[in-house]
Amino acid sequence: MDDTGIAGYGGYVPSLRIETREIARIWGEDPDEIENGLGVRQKSVPDLDEDTATMSVEAARRATDGEDSSRIEAIYVGSESHPYAVKPTATIVGAAIGATPGMTAADYEFACKAGTAAIQTGAGLVSSGVADRALAVGADVSQGAPGDALEYSAAAGAAAFLLGDADDAVAKLEGTTSYTSDTPDFWRREGERYPQHGERFTGKPAYFKHTINAGQNLLGELDRAPEDYSYAVFHQPNGKFPVKAAHQLGFTEEQYEAGLLSPEIGNTYSAASLLGLVAVLDEAEPDDRIFVTSFGSGAGSDAFSFRATEKIEETGDSKLRDDLTDVEHLDYAMYARHKDKIQEE
Amino acid sequence: MTEMGAPRFWRNIQQRYRLTGTRCDTCDTTYFPPRQLCPECRREGDVEEQELNGTGTVVTYTTVHEPSPEYEGDSPYSLAIVELDEGPRVTAQIVDDEIQVGDEVEACFRRMGEGGGDGVIYYGFKFRSLD
Repeated sequence: MDDTGIAGYGGYVPSLRIETREIARIWGEDPDEIENGLGVRQKSVPDLDEDTATMSVEAARRATDGEDSSRIEAIYVGSESHPYAVKPTATIVGAAIGATPGMTAADYEFACKAGTAAIQTGAGLVSSGVADRALAVGADVSQGAPGDALEYSAAAGAAAFLLGDADDAVAKLEGTTSYTSDTPDFWRREGERYPQHGERFTGKPAYFKHTINAGQNLLGELDRAPEDYSYAVFHQPNGKFPVKAAHQLGFTEEQYEAGLLSPEIGNTYSAASLLGLVAVLDEAEPDDRIFVTSFGSGAGSDAFSFRATEKIEETGDSKLRDDLTDVEHLDYAMYARHKDKIQEE
Repeated sequence: MTEMGAPRFWRNIQQRYRLTGTRCDTCDTTYFPPRQLCPECRREGDVEEQELNGTGTVVTYTTVHEPSPEYEGDSPYSLAIVELDEGPRVTAQIVDDEIQVGDEVEACFRRMGEGGGDGVIYYGFKFRSLD
């Protein structure tokens, strides 16, 4: 797949935030302990009229700005919070960016790694010549039950990548590999409102095992060492796991800090590692190598190696930075209303 | 919009998702919602589809505190008349809490309503401030 790459990219994070301290206050927890324990200061909250489809469209528009959308022949949207149980999000995105009807489309679900699975599929279709261009999106408005540990981090965001020929790419795809097993660390049954998780079981046998193995396998396949990379991006369910995984693989703070967004936006699930990649692409210089590993519960990790090209200098800023700085804070009551936790009788 | 029904919504997806209007090449006038016939040029008109770029200026606005039943959960919200850069004026919701006449705005993609909890979700454009 080294004949393909990222021709355009875009990220979107809603402007609303709630601080983890405010959530801790409501549930009688120690705010310092929660904030420091998770390494998350605040998380993003979708507005009342935002969902996975609207955020996917915003990210897709940024990724395809100035591009001919009729060249897109495949759209895959990865999420665990698609607005419909049956009816694709990908067709909404396709219609909104003008890519329909000459395209194939489907929605993906693999907890927090469905977006990177979409990139692999899209890159495969482009590499094989089946699609001229493909669009891969990872987006979520994730849910955490009131008072559950997930409530401190479950956030909202989207990232989109336009995949095309390596000659058009701002970053070439050098390789990808995956590590997958049947591990029930986190799940949501059909019809249930909130997910269940295996508490600490989500760490060592799930996040770390898959992330480290996928990362090491990719480095081995490409015969690379961590120091060959300018940036390293990980799935970021909180502020602690990605830092620990980075160190275990041999990466340093200098390599992971630019792509670590969870302390300021929380866990955006299918968008988490991909928004980190968007933030890194906004900074990258030609020839910089970028290492990315996602993780999805259930469980699996997809690892990627990208290399920025000369074209990275021609692309404008993705506007993600504006989304991260121009924010408005909610108290818990307004947050509960936004997340539909208060029902009108 | 709650009771509009899926077919009526579906027929206007191009307009609602992408602000697709029409333009008369004869008199250089853009129409939104789209017109198939230019009322100025009549049969001399040369009307073709045009996607609007989605940016414009707030001409006037009002804030709704007593909405119709289907928007009760959303109030207060602001409705504005936005003059698009291509000329047409559209009435649409503004997603920002604070808005001023003369503000530069751009179209964003949001939920407009839904046919109840088990019905079709209606998506479309609203505007957000660029200022």
